[in-house]
Amino acid sequence: MSAHPANALPLLERLPVALRDACTSWLPESWRWLANSLLSIVAIFVVFATLFALLTLAERKILGRVQNRPGPNRAPLPFLGIRTYGLAQPLADGIKMLTKEDIVPRGADRVLHFLAPVALLAFSILTFAVIPYGRALLPVELDAAVLYFFAAGAATELAIFMAGWASRNKYSLLAAMRALAQLISYELPLLLSIVPVVLVAGSLSTSEIVEQQGTWLFGVFPQWHVFTPWGFAGFLIFFVAALAESNRSPFDLPEAESELIAGHLTEYSGFKYALFFMAEYFGMCALSGMGVTLFLGGWQAPIPALAFIPSYGWFAAKLLALLFVFMWIRATFPRLRIDQLTRLAWKFLVPLALVNLFTAAFWVLSSGWAGPLAFARWLVAGTLVLGPFLVLGRRLSAGLGPRTYRYA
Amino acid sequence: MLGSGLLQGLAVTAKNLAGSFHDPARYVTTEYPEQRTKLPENYRNFPFLVHDDPADPNGTLRCVACQICEKECPPQCIYIVMERDEKGKALRRPKVFDLDISVCISCQICVEVCPFDAIKMDQEYEIATRNRFGGLLLHREDLSKSNAYYHQIHPTEAAGVDAALAEQKAKQAAAKAAKAAPAPKAAATTATPATAATAQDSAISPAPAAPPPASAPDTPANPAPANPPPDA
Amino acid sequence: MSLAFLLIAFLTVATAAVAMALRNLVRSALLLGASWAGVAAFYLWAGAEFLAFAQVLVYVGAISMVVLFAVLLTRPSRDEGAVSPASAGRLLPALIAGGSVLGVLVGAIVGSPLRTAAKPPLAFTVRELGLQLMGPHAASLVVVGALLTVALLGAVVIAAPGRPGDREDPR
Repeated sequence: MSAHPANALPLLERLPVALRDACTSWLPESWRWLANSLLSIVAIFVVFATLFALLTLAERKILGRVQNRPGPNRAPLPFLGIRTYGLAQPLADGIKMLTKEDIVPRGADRVLHFLAPVALLAFSILTFAVIPYGRALLPVELDAAVLYFFAAGAATELAIFMAGWASRNKYSLLAAMRALAQLISYELPLLLSIVPVVLVAGSLSTSEIVEQQGTWLFGVFPQWHVFTPWGFAGFLIFFVAALAESNRSPFDLPEAESELIAGHLTEYSGFKYALFFMAEYFGMCALSGMGVTLFLGGWQAPIPALAFIPSYGWFAAKLLALLFVFMWIRATFPRLRIDQLTRLAWKFLVPLALVNLFTAAFWVLSSGWAGPLAFARWLVAGTLVLGPFLVLGRRLSAGLGPRTYRYA
Repeated sequence: MLGSGLLQGLAVTAKNLAGSFHDPARYVTTEYPEQRTKLPENYRNFPFLVHDDPADPNGTLRCVACQICEKECPPQCIYIVMERDEKGKALRRPKVFDLDISVCISCQICVEVCPFDAIKMDQEYEIATRNRFGGLLLHREDLSKSNAYYHQIHPTEAAGVDAALAEQKAKQAAAKAAKAAPAPKAAATTATPATAATAQDSAISPAPAAPPPASAPDTPANPAPANPPPDA
Repeated sequence: MSLAFLLIAFLTVATAAVAMALRNLVRSALLLGASWAGVAAFYLWAGAEFLAFAQVLVYVGAISMVVLFAVLLTRPSRDEGAVSPASAGRLLPALIAGGSVLGVLVGAIVGSPLRTAAKPPLAFTVRELGLQLMGPHAASLVVVGALLTVALLGAVVIAAPGRPGDREDPR
């Protein structure tokens, strides 16, 4: 897991690596590499599976609080009967899911029906490999890490289609078609929104991108990408596209409980259903982690004085904050219609992302500007971001004035 | 500008999210089995029978088994058999009073028609049972509840009923006195069999002496069903 | 010829072969995606990380989706069913298309010098790859970009609702 010579770092910083090395030190040298990798995989899986369990609870709690109700708070600890503000709810849900009957429709394609959740989860987990969780915590150091991330993410779309098609259910198939249209549409802005980061960083390696955001302007302001005009626009586009890519509300059309009766999940029950949910949350975590890495400074501390907190702590804090925004958005916005969804992608996000590419190019070219020219640099870049946003936004909402209601 | 509406929406949900932690006006959930909301006074579901003396719940039922409610009940969920002694003389109290609450429609007609204020609407709602036939068929013993309980669930209405009963009893006593004195005219007009029966019941065990409140309505001589209860 | 090579080769060829043999178009399309993933595994095995991930992203992620979309949105036309697969009208174009592809591929394989001697593996970083593409190979990049743009515009023209007269639907 180590990307750096870990010995120079403070103890707290290299604690996970040191723990791992302590666990595998008794093995012969040639086996240690394998054991270290396996241990990293297990650690990532355990951490994110726990996070998944807690996220399901947190999501229900937050949704509840937004709707002025407490959310799940009754499930007691097993055999003790102590209620811990619903902390045992994931456990209860897990037991329920595991003991449910696994139903496969008679006309279903049994192989694909089984393969779909497995493939979905496998590809979701693959994306965790290249996210730098801390200064010394990068599971796989890849030169083309960003590309790897989105390649693995792209394969999940196929799994959703498999689920919808293999179920032999008209709702599932409709959902699969919607999923295809949505995911193809939003793949484009997602990739275009990260190209500026790659352009400015000059690298596809996640660790290098994070390292480059580790400086402070005037010793106070972090130089994260999100604090530049192009980075801000890129982050917003990335976030909207990530919402759509992870099938989250308000872009949860493939599921759409109210019209497609949960879409591609209709014919799934029991543990396979749980796997789908796990994959959805994993995808959400992975995309949030990538957003943190690319735009929010990764594991860098926001101000130098707080750098004593270990880097993985900062990464976790930023990740959780972003996940909270995912849930907040789910609690706020109603679902889009399919035509609104594709229109938003093709008529708004894609042009905006293309213009953002030029903004980033300008930012790179004008990196030498200083003094009053630096002000001009911000002005030009800001105009390049805000102008298209206003123009495209006006065109997007053209003809959508305040609605008038006529009563019969 | 595009997005301002979205931000407004996010602000609303954020306000609710934060407000549910400190603002009781927003956080309105009652966690039911532990916490309960107070039922509104006029809430009603199924009828019960009023008795006057908790020491003898079946002996002091106001019901005289006149079967008016049984005949009036739209879904016919009441079944009454009058108690008789060995000679076959009617004892003016129910031997059997069955009420099937799986059939009852909570229409309150039995309460309206009862001339003796003997049947009233209950507020007990935790009546789920595992036995869907026997468990929902309530007998005289299950239905019989004290006048104090009636005061507890419908205070205003019960005060009105008590006032009316007391007034009637006073009239009865006056009529009796008048009958004893040489003035038999007044008794003939007021002493209907119903009122006589009530008088008889009250003579056995006088109604709890609830002083009629000032806001109690002017009830007529005949015991009118106290519905709707006057709002104080 | 390592075991990994043989395994990847077998999986790639087998999935492609089964994809051709199957009657069910959706399964064929999914197997085709698996075959493309096998090609990506080849690239990875050969040390071309960037190419492998791009292959997965473009082929497995996007093109297989387009194929699936096409399969699901089209229905077998009744009129065209008249041409049987073995007819002479189909044989000639099939032979020409297949033969030309075969010729190009065989020419490329024969023409390329296959060195069996161990050569230090080319450790291209993404940065060098980008510089190569933008420097010596800029012309071909521009040509490919223009081609794709033309294809995209053509697709838009075909898909766009035409003049009001064209909208008549036989059904």
